[in-house]
Amino acid sequence: MAAYLIRRLIQAVLILLGVSLVTFFLLYLLPADPVRQIAGRSATAQTMQNIREQLGLDQPFVVQYWRYLSGLVHGDLGRSYLQKSEVAVLIWARLPATLLLMAGAIGCELLLGLTMGIIAALRRGSMTDQSLMIVSFVGVSAPQFVVGLLLLYVFAVKLGWFPIGGYGTFGHLVLPSLTLGIVGSGWYSRMMRSSMIEVLRQDYIRTARAKGLARRRVVFRHALPNAILPIIAMIGIDIGIFMGGIVVVESVFGWPGIGQLAWQAIQRIDIPIIMAVTLVSACAIVLGNLLADLVTPFIDPRIRLR
Amino acid sequence: MRYWLTSTALVLTLALPAIAQDYTPDPNAHQGGSIVITYKDDVATLDPAIGYDWQNWSMIKSLFDGLMDYVPGTTTLRPGLASSYEISDDGTVFTFHLRAGVKFHNGREMTADDVKYSLDRVTNPATQSPGAGFFGSIAGYDAMADGSATALPGVEVIDPLTVRISLARPDATFLHVMALNFASVVPKEAVDAAGADFGKLPVGTGAFKLAEWTIGQRLVFARNTDYWRAGEPYLDQITFEVGQEPIVALLRLQNGEIDVPGDGIPPAKFTEVMADPAQAARVVEGGQLHTGYITLNVKMPPFDNVAVRQAVNMAINKDRIVQIINGRAVPATQPLPPSMPGYTQGYAGYSFDPEGAKKMLADAGFPSGFETELYVMNTDPNPRIAQAIQQDLSNVGINAALKSLAQASVIAAGGEPDQAPMIWSGGMAWIADFPDPSNFYGPILGCAGAVQGGWNWSWYCNPALDDEAATADSITDPAKVDERMAMWSDIYMKVMADAPWVPVFNEQRFTMKSSRMGGADALYVDPVSIPVNYDYVYVTDVQ
Repeated sequence: MAAYLIRRLIQAVLILLGVSLVTFFLLYLLPADPVRQIAGRSATAQTMQNIREQLGLDQPFVVQYWRYLSGLVHGDLGRSYLQKSEVAVLIWARLPATLLLMAGAIGCELLLGLTMGIIAALRRGSMTDQSLMIVSFVGVSAPQFVVGLLLLYVFAVKLGWFPIGGYGTFGHLVLPSLTLGIVGSGWYSRMMRSSMIEVLRQDYIRTARAKGLARRRVVFRHALPNAILPIIAMIGIDIGIFMGGIVVVESVFGWPGIGQLAWQAIQRIDIPIIMAVTLVSACAIVLGNLLADLVTPFIDPRIRLR
Repeated sequence: MRYWLTSTALVLTLALPAIAQDYTPDPNAHQGGSIVITYKDDVATLDPAIGYDWQNWSMIKSLFDGLMDYVPGTTTLRPGLASSYEISDDGTVFTFHLRAGVKFHNGREMTADDVKYSLDRVTNPATQSPGAGFFGSIAGYDAMADGSATALPGVEVIDPLTVRISLARPDATFLHVMALNFASVVPKEAVDAAGADFGKLPVGTGAFKLAEWTIGQRLVFARNTDYWRAGEPYLDQITFEVGQEPIVALLRLQNGEIDVPGDGIPPAKFTEVMADPAQAARVVEGGQLHTGYITLNVKMPPFDNVAVRQAVNMAINKDRIVQIINGRAVPATQPLPPSMPGYTQGYAGYSFDPEGAKKMLADAGFPSGFETELYVMNTDPNPRIAQAIQQDLSNVGINAALKSLAQASVIAAGGEPDQAPMIWSGGMAWIADFPDPSNFYGPILGCAGAVQGGWNWSWYCNPALDDEAATADSITDPAKVDERMAMWSDIYMKVMADAPWVPVFNEQRFTMKSSRMGGADALYVDPVSIPVNYDYVYVTDVQ
C-alpha cells in the first residue's frame, strides 16, 4: 500500500509538472499581450516595456517558466497582474465556496442519478425505464444556465422557498447544487443503469436469487457494490471538474467560487491566476482519481492496489 | 515665488470659490439608510492608481478625492481637494491651494506632500498604473517613465497647503486630468504599510471608507463621518454584492432585495421591462461619452483608398444595428458622442445609401466588390452586430469573413499594422476618460496611437491634424474655449472626410433603481461617476 501511494504521488507530481508546462506554453503562445491589459489605453511604448520587464515577460520562455516553477516550489503562486494581490490569497478565499458546492453537487448527482439508474435497470424495457432515460437525456442536454434560471425563478422568485442567489446558508446551497445535480445525474443514471444491468446478468446474482434471497438484499448487498465501481471513477473526475470552477452556475447563483475568478482571469489574460486555477483543478483531478482508486478495494475486495 | 501674482493683467486667475460652481443640495435628501448594488464581475482593486474598470471606477471616486472634481451629474469641473487654483498666462503652471483640515480615513490631515507623493507614485513605472500616460504633460514625466527619475520635478510643494505643477507644454485638458481617479490623493504611510495590497486596503479622503471586503462576495462602504464636504454623503452604508448575473440582479430588484443592478438591465429583458410602465418609471436614461465604430485599416488595401472607406460608410445601415440592441443607442454621425463638447451639431454624416456605395466602389476600381475580414469580440451582442455589418457589406459586394475572437486577441490584432482590415469596436469601444474632445483623438485617431501595440486600429495618421490637435490643446484660456471647441469640431470633420472609421452608434445608459432610491436622475446616469454617483444618492425611507 505504501509503495503504491509513493508511486502514485510521484506520478501526480509528474502530471502536475506536465500540466504546468503545457499551460504555461499555451499562454506564452497566446496571440494576446497581457501587458496591454495592465498598461491601459493611455500607455506609451516605454510604459509597456517597463511593465514587460518588471513582470519578466521580456524573457525567453524557458527563463519565464523556470522562474514560475521556482516560485511554485517555494509555495509562491505569484501575484495577480491586475488585482496585484497574492494569487494564493485569492484562491484560498474562494476555496470553501467551491468545496461546498462540489459536495452539494456530487451529493445531488448521486442521489438523483443512482436512484434513477437503479430503478431503470430493475425495470428494464418498461415504461418507467424509458421515462427515466428520457428524463436523464433531458438532464444531460439541458444547459446549466437554463436549468439554473428555471429553478431560481420557480423556487426562489415565485415560491420564495430559497434565497435568490448568494452564499452563506444551507438555503443558498440547495438550488445551485440541484442545478448541477440535475445536469450531472443524467450521466450517472445512464452509467448506473448499464452497469447494473451488466451486473444483474452475472452468475452470482442468479445464484443469490436461486438461494431465495430477498430482491432488496440481492440488489443492495450483491449487485450495487459491483455496479457502483464505474460511478466511483466518475466522482473522481467530477471532483476535478468542479474544482476548476463551474462558471455558469456560479454566475447565475452569485456563488463566490473559483470559476468566476478563472473566467475573469481568462478574459484579461491574468496569467498567474489562470496558472493557479489550472493547477488546483489538475491537483483535484489527480487526488480525486487517487481517492477513487483507494476506495475501490473497500467496496470490491477482489481488487487489490499494487 | 508667486510669480503668477505679479501681473493681474497677464495672469489668468481662477481662484474660484467652490460654491460658485457647486452643486445645489437636494432639499428632499435625508442622511441615513443603506443600499445594495450588484455587479457581475468581482472588483479587482480599489487602488486609484490601478483601478480602471466599470465597477470600481465610481467606487474609487467615493473612497478618494483628487484636487479637481465634477459637479455631480454633469461634466462641469469644480475644485475638489483644492479650494482654489491659478493658471499662469502661458498655461504651463498650475498652482493649487488645498483645503485645510481635510483628513484621510486614518485620521491624518492631508497636505501638499501627499499630493506630490500621489503624483510621483502614479507616474512611477513600478506602480504599473494604466493611467500614468495621462500625466505626460507634467515636466519631468519622460524621466519618470523611462525609470531615470523617481520624482516629478514638475510637482513642487510650496507650503503644506500649496502645490505647484509645471507642465512641459500647455495642456488645456490638465484640469480634467487632475479630476481623474488616477490623480487621487493617497497617504504614503498607508501605501507603505499595505504594499501591493493597497488596492484591498484603501485609505483615502473620500465620502465613504471601506468597512468590509469579503473577496468574491461583497464590499461594504461606510459613511466617512469626517468628510470634508459638510452634510455628505447621504447614505450610511453601501453594500456591493459581486458575482451576480445581471438577469438574477434584475429578479432580485423586482423582488425588492437590491436597489441598483450595477450592470444595468440585461438585453434579453430590456423590452419587457420598458413595456411595463411601473418598471419603466424606475429606469433612468442618459447619454454617455461612448462611440461604437468600425475601424478601416488605411494601411491595408483596399482600405488605403479613401473612396472605398467612404463607400463602406455609406453601406452600413446604422438604424438597423440600433434595433438589434433594442434601441439602446442612437446612430452616430461622427467620432464624438453628442454629449461631448466639440460635437458638430447639424452634421448628418454619411447617409445610408447602398446604391451610392456600389457606384463609388465601382468608380474606385472595385465593381465586383472585394474580400476582407471583420474582427469582432466574441461576446453578445457583438457577433450579432457584426453579422448585420457583414450583411450590409455583402449588399454592396464586399464579402467580409467574420473573425470572432476573445477581447485580448482582437486588441492584439488591431495593434498590428497588417492583421485586421476591419474591426467592430463593440465591447472595447471608446468611452471617454474625461469629457474633452481631445480624449477621442490622440490614442485612437492620432499618429501616436498608430504604432505597434497601439489603440489606433485604423492606423490613420494625419500629421497636419496632429498639429491642429496640438494647437487646440495649447489653448488654455477659458475665455477661448469656444475657439478651441471649434478647432476640435473642424478636426473631427476632417477625420470624417478621410473616413478611417464608420461611426455606428452612441450607446445610451439605462439605470434601473428601486422605488426607495432618491436623488436627481442625473446622478444615476452621471457622465463621470459611472454608473452611479454614490455620494449624492439617498433613500427615501429614512427620516
